[in-house]
Amino acid sequence: MKKAFPIFAVLTAVLLSYALYEALIGAPTEQTMGNVQRIFYYHVPSAWTAFILFFVNFGASVYYLIKRCSTADIVALVSAEVGVVFCTVVLVTGPIWARPVWGIWWTWDMRLTSTLVLWLIYVSYLFLRRFSSSGQTPLLAAVLAVLGALCVPFVYFSIWFFRTQHPQPVMGDGGSIDPRMLHVLLLNWLAFSCFAFLVCWSRYRLETLQREVDQAHALESLIGPRGGVR
Amino acid sequence: MSSPAGITRATLLKDLRLEWRSKDAINSMLFFSLLVVVVFSFSFDPSAEESRQIAGGLIWVAFLFAAVVALNQTWAREIRNQVLDAYRVSPAPANSLFLAKTLGNFIFVGVLEALMTPLFIIFYRLRSLGPIWQLGLVAVLGTWALVVNGTFFAAMSLRTRSREIMLPLLLFPISIPALLAMVQATTAVLVGEGARFWIVLLVTYDLVFTTVCLLLFETVLNAE
Repeated sequence: MKKAFPIFAVLTAVLLSYALYEALIGAPTEQTMGNVQRIFYYHVPSAWTAFILFFVNFGASVYYLIKRCSTADIVALVSAEVGVVFCTVVLVTGPIWARPVWGIWWTWDMRLTSTLVLWLIYVSYLFLRRFSSSGQTPLLAAVLAVLGALCVPFVYFSIWFFRTQHPQPVMGDGGSIDPRMLHVLLLNWLAFSCFAFLVCWSRYRLETLQREVDQAHALESLIGPRGGVR
Repeated sequence: MSSPAGITRATLLKDLRLEWRSKDAINSMLFFSLLVVVVFSFSFDPSAEESRQIAGGLIWVAFLFAAVVALNQTWAREIRNQVLDAYRVSPAPANSLFLAKTLGNFIFVGVLEALMTPLFIIFYRLRSLGPIWQLGLVAVLGTWALVVNGTFFAAMSLRTRSREIMLPLLLFPISIPALLAMVQATTAVLVGEGARFWIVLLVTYDLVFTTVCLLLFETVLNAE
């Protein structure tokens, strides 16, 4: 297990470098947008990764509410943290692309607005985790995660009424994407997923260690440093 | 008395009596929303046509901010003399307490809306082009959506540091779809368009979140 982490880290680094090369040089240049379009190889995989992480957060929270196991709580915490980071990447790369192509940084269109609201929900989740007293944090956070996930379809439907300006999803029917571009996109998605998993893994190890240290401190304050009763 | 409905009624009547004698929540909410109305009127010119387009948003933002004032006081009163601990060890169902608190807040915010709406109409020279009963329906559904989530999150933020800041941080993001539906429905009725979609969305939102809050409240109340 201890060896698996550095090996996986090296593999992820190689994969990310290769995906970067493919995105910047390998993939064909888009006809109308030119090189600006290449940000799409970061934007879309980040969005997919973020959504998967939020889904993991929901699953782990439900599992925690049923079984009350601390591993599920750590998974929920880690996936929300890394998910918020990837969602931030989506929200930052979107306007960078939109400015030259649409001529505006931001528009209150359906996908943009719902991603922003999703980001707000999970940031409030992290706030709750930060502000609640330690003993009850997992339970309250799990409850909020369930409510937040339930809110997502409502966010989607309520913002659905706004006129949409965002390009249609490339993966559905009617997509006219170059197969070479699709290949690079999927490669980047794989690289980003591996990277997200790597960060989650290291964060998971850190959080587990942190909890062990906290427990040891608590125990020490109870029974004294030399094991004798104070 | 010992039936769930009896417990709900007793708790609700106690809260209403306390509020009737102190008038803490309603006075602070009224003054607060009055301030919001006045401050907003300085940030733009409330002339008739323009104001109809933005009045829906304005009125609900004022009520949302004011409701947070009342929601923050909901549970604070029960902590002072360990009432909440007593409730936790008593065999009374947790959901009776939750429903009583939610209904209480619903009444407080409802009274606030009834008192503030005429003032809004006068200040912003509003005249609805659509049916008035739809505005009433939107008000009832929207207030319930705010209050049911607000009461729940107020109970959750009891167990956090700086709980008065925590409540809006938790409540606002989750309430965005409901708030959007309320604002859009109100504006649609005011300018004389159909608000059917938004009303259906509000009804669904209310049903889903009321059910989930009732399912999870006992867990939150007993969180240790």
